[in-house]
Amino acid sequence: MAKAALSGGWIFFPRLPCVFHSERMLWPLFFLVTAIRAELCQPDAENAFKVRLSIKTALGDKAYAWDTNEEYLFKAMVAFSMRKVPNRETTEISHVLLCNVTQRVSFWFVVTDPSKNHTIPAVEVQSAIRMNRNRINNAFFLNDQTLEFLKIPSTLEPPTEPAVPVWIIIFGVIFCIVIIAITLLILSGIRQRRRKNKGPAEGEDAEDKRATAVTVENGIPCDPLDMKDGCLNDAFMNEGERLTPL
Amino acid sequence: MEKTRPLWANPLQFVFACISYAVGLGNVWRFPYLCQMYGGGSFLVPYIIMLIVEGMPLLYLELAVGQRMRQGSIGAWRTISPYLSGVGIASVVVSFFLSMYYNVINAWSFWYLFHSFQDPLPWSVCPLNSNHTDYDEECEKASSTQYFWYRKTLNISPSIEETGVVQWQPALCLILAWLVVYLCILRGTESTGKVVYFTALLPYCVLIIYLVRGLTLHGATNGLAYMFTPKLEQLANPKAWINAATQIFFSLGLGFGSLIAFASYNEPSNNCQRHAIIVSIINSSTSIFSSLVTFSIYGFKATLNYENCLKKVILLLTDSFDLEDGFLTASNLEQVKTYLVSAYPSKYSEVFPQIKNCSLESELNTAVQGTGLSFIVYTEAIKNMEVSQLWSVLYFFMLLMLGIGSMLGNTAAILTPLTDSKVISSYLPKEAISGLVCLVNCAIGMVFTMESGNYWFDIFNDYAATLSLLLIVLVETVAVCYVYGLRRFESDLQSMTGCSLSWYWKVMWAGVSPLLIISLFIFFLSDYILMGTLQYQAWDASKGQLVTKDYPTYVLVFIGLLVASSIMFIPLVALGTFIMRCLNRGNTAPVV
Repeated sequence: MAKAALSGGWIFFPRLPCVFHSERMLWPLFFLVTAIRAELCQPDAENAFKVRLSIKTALGDKAYAWDTNEEYLFKAMVAFSMRKVPNRETTEISHVLLCNVTQRVSFWFVVTDPSKNHTIPAVEVQSAIRMNRNRINNAFFLNDQTLEFLKIPSTLEPPTEPAVPVWIIIFGVIFCIVIIAITLLILSGIRQRRRKNKGPAEGEDAEDKRATAVTVENGIPCDPLDMKDGCLNDAFMNEGERLTPL
Repeated sequence: MEKTRPLWANPLQFVFACISYAVGLGNVWRFPYLCQMYGGGSFLVPYIIMLIVEGMPLLYLELAVGQRMRQGSIGAWRTISPYLSGVGIASVVVSFFLSMYYNVINAWSFWYLFHSFQDPLPWSVCPLNSNHTDYDEECEKASSTQYFWYRKTLNISPSIEETGVVQWQPALCLILAWLVVYLCILRGTESTGKVVYFTALLPYCVLIIYLVRGLTLHGATNGLAYMFTPKLEQLANPKAWINAATQIFFSLGLGFGSLIAFASYNEPSNNCQRHAIIVSIINSSTSIFSSLVTFSIYGFKATLNYENCLKKVILLLTDSFDLEDGFLTASNLEQVKTYLVSAYPSKYSEVFPQIKNCSLESELNTAVQGTGLSFIVYTEAIKNMEVSQLWSVLYFFMLLMLGIGSMLGNTAAILTPLTDSKVISSYLPKEAISGLVCLVNCAIGMVFTMESGNYWFDIFNDYAATLSLLLIVLVETVAVCYVYGLRRFESDLQSMTGCSLSWYWKVMWAGVSPLLIISLFIFFLSDYILMGTLQYQAWDASKGQLVTKDYPTYVLVFIGLLVASSIMFIPLVALGTFIMRCLNRGNTAPVV
């Protein structure tokens, strides 16, 4: 049997003797009130929302059991959200009605006005829940996917975008490095080519200078001294050469 | 004084240059697809056979020609026979087309690389719609990675007719890609020789890291087991053999003239036979190695999707029947379903259409190749890994190294003939020629950054190089064996390198390889003719998926021109040389 949890609960009255006429009048009134309240919160009732929780999926081992205390907290959070709406600051926990709690865990809820006869329009409840969705989620350690309010779309958080996209910064860095490297290589290539063009011309000058230096040192011709294979000193006669070859 | 030809500083640079050129994106994103489609482990049989019969001989031939002639492709073929310089020109034209569209991939890799430094990764979440109540519609229908690729990166138009405007973000990345390529080729072999150390070795480092990470991912073994289980019946499928042959052929980059260009910078005594064998074996091993990585990533992604699918079914059942949260798990799902069917038949029949049949096999069966594999499937897997920024940066850095390595070869194929030509190199220095080539390619490449750019990219990718290359390599093989003479070439090689040509190479060059190429050529032609009209995949934003459309007539004409423009040089130049010779003979004959 599904747990029915009207905010008033069932109140059992023992059969009293019909002593006072006024008391007799109170009975039908009371039943009327509870009947109306029972009708206010029903699956697919007007201004009612279905809530679905997936506690085990979200928390795994640390999952808590859903009991009447958790329901009380839920009612408190909804009442808190409603109190933030202008003109609804007097919403009490008792104005929030829960019904049809299943094993899933899922249930329906409505918010009644202070007279407890009518339910607050769905639009107001929706906007109130949307504004405080984060607080409600955090109270239960859940998020938008595990604490679902069907028919209330959640506002998705837009991804934070920095002022300058990151990729342009990195692009700029690499671009500059490549341009600098290209410029350096081109310049060094130009310099090398210029040195090569000057090189052969400079080489010829040096040889000429060397040639003139050789011939003009102290008036003595130094040509023979420059030769790698040395020069013959005629003062020393080679002994072997006196004898003619046989 | 004659300028000496620049040389590689050591033979290792030459080997690395060839490896970095041959090991490219095709190894990473085409071979795993073929392996999956044609029988998993059993695809390795035709692959290795084709490597030995087709890949190694043709690679050796090109390297030997380049090393012997010591000139770029145009000069090399002119030396072999003046009638055949058209082959060289055709190679240069094909390389030009290739470098035009290939660098766009590098631009995309840069784009993804720069976006990998964000937390969370931009392709892991969908952007919100205008009133912040839900995610963007296109993103919901497709997935966040597909949305980021088709909308944020390409901003693709619904069909090829709607060209749109040039997107400034990919255009900037393309300019950067060309600047990086220019930086690497600026000084010729001097700079290229140093860059290839990185472009050849770094991808292997990243692949090893990814292999270790991939094998330790949850569900990786599912992918590996499924893909590598040999399906021996595929060996009887002729398509498996044809695809193995084409993969070996295109993966080695034969016929573009890049290998001739690289080999022309070698010392004449270089042992190019050994290098040819080394490069082809390393190329194929890299393909197999990268497919290991890819399949473990596939397995991870498929397992994740399967488990998500199960979770959705469980949630649906839990919500519809108000069961206790956490009661339904993957293990008792079937039992509970049968119980629900019997207990609440009417309600179950209401819910039944929404229950998807989750199957791990169907997830594993999704085979993707090309840009879709790298930029959609891999990014989806990466976003689910821990420290996803690091993995993303590593992956796109590897793609970049592979792409730039191949670009170096492509540009070398274009620049070597230009710098060899005395006319051009007397007017302009090397840096200016490279700069001009990069500038022209970059300007034309802006076409691929337009909104319909990806469709034009697919056209170039599918048609610019395929038929032309087969014809070029066929003419090359026939030229060396029959026009130049196999014996003459053999004696040239012997005097150059000192090692004699074994009978195996001679048989392959003269007989087997030309026959193979002719059969591939016939197959391709018949395939195109039988298909009738050519179709392409267009992205439909409203449905969030690809749809097949027909090419309009002017595009078909363009494709025909594209193929013809490179091939026609071979007969035209031969004819032109013949006419010139006749005219010259006619002029000189009366003179005694």
